[in-house]
Amino acid sequence: MEFLLPVIVLSLLGLGFGLGLALASKKLCVQEDPRLTQIMKALPGANCGACGKPGCIGFAEELIQGAVSISACVATEEEEKAEISKVLGVEVGETVKTVAVLHCNGGKKVKDRFVYKGVKTCAASNLVMGGQKACAYGCLGFGDCVLACPFGAMEMGEEGLPKVIEGKCKACGKCVSACPKNLFSLNRQDKPYYTNCVSKDLGKQVMSVCKVGCIACRKCQRSCPHQAIEIKNNLAVFDYAKCQNSGECLKVCPTKAIAKRG
Amino acid sequence: MSLSSLIMIIISMVFINNFILSKFLGMCPFIGVSRETKPAVSMGIAVTFVMGCSSVITWLLYRYILIPFNVTYLRTITFILVIAAFVQLVEMIIRKFSITLYRALGIYLPLITTNCAILGVTILNTNEFFKDSATLPGSFILSFTQSIFAGVGFTLALLLMSAIRERLEFVDVPESMKGIPIAFIVAALMSLAFMGFGGFKF
Repeated sequence: MEFLLPVIVLSLLGLGFGLGLALASKKLCVQEDPRLTQIMKALPGANCGACGKPGCIGFAEELIQGAVSISACVATEEEEKAEISKVLGVEVGETVKTVAVLHCNGGKKVKDRFVYKGVKTCAASNLVMGGQKACAYGCLGFGDCVLACPFGAMEMGEEGLPKVIEGKCKACGKCVSACPKNLFSLNRQDKPYYTNCVSKDLGKQVMSVCKVGCIACRKCQRSCPHQAIEIKNNLAVFDYAKCQNSGECLKVCPTKAIAKRG
Repeated sequence: MSLSSLIMIIISMVFINNFILSKFLGMCPFIGVSRETKPAVSMGIAVTFVMGCSSVITWLLYRYILIPFNVTYLRTITFILVIAAFVQLVEMIIRKFSITLYRALGIYLPLITTNCAILGVTILNTNEFFKDSATLPGSFILSFTQSIFAGVGFTLALLLMSAIRERLEFVDVPESMKGIPIAFIVAALMSLAFMGFGGFKF
């Protein structure tokens, strides 16, 4: 009898809790749309926030309700989008693929104005007189963008400049907002030419701190057969609606401030 | 039971006998969830809640089932059963009534089941507030207070640790010490500081 008592007590307790839980799960059961898990599987799950919804799950819920379209997600690949549209039974619209582009070629080519010994982030360095670089516009090289990228599509190159790995970049725009110098933009994938500089200084001042900056010489503006480049505030600015990828600008640029991706 | 003994328990649980930094219970969330302040605090609150509720249930079980049947040696296994079942129930309730909170807590909620601090506080309660299978005066209130403030102490330690680790992110730590190793060193120093509340015994 002595050894039966603990067995009985424990079994009864277990049974009690088990029945209680079973009852509770019946009462408190939550009906979840089975499509939600299917869609979640196809979404990247990085919660990058580019769609403006609270994470991938928030986006998936609104997809089911029909409040948003799949094209609002920039991170999903075409195959996955097709899968989601199959689950939902709707058509996918074509989206223009974009990719993050860094507009600075300075890095180690630009000298430091002073020795910076503070916290090693661009945001902190930028607070000290706009950072240690001689060029007030250029990349500070601490890699805030590399840390911000949720897809591992960014790495620090030997030049002291971050490199975008285009195969991995989903154009979520995290680097665009992470850079204190606003050096990133999301460019259309089918337009490879871009200005690799953001300096609005006069040509002479640019030359004194950086050999690869835009000096606003207007050669590109004149060479472009489609008038797609205009000099605004001492900087060559592309109008991608007009650009036809002729590549003339790249050939004439004396400082290599016009560059081609890839 | 008097007010002074309540205050004694509160101060003891939060500072002197802090569950993490003096008793070394619940170390896994202390290292695992302390990288950022926000999840650390929500984990702390969840643990405090579960500690309080499970102390009530375990006290009742111990007093009205285990002692009358003279099977107090089943304490550990029954308490684990209670805690596991209770966490399951809490999970269901949260999922039903606040899906956002459920997602925010995510994996931490089921993790509480296996958190030794919860079992630790319930065992401590029965050790301290029962004597020779009889309840001490005010035993129920005292054990409930002890559990709640053990949770508060847990939250405090997690909050301090996460605040330090957030700042550590920007510090130039030697490559081999980055991440967990420096966190362990910080934990050791914090523990040493908290030992100071109790006074060193040689």
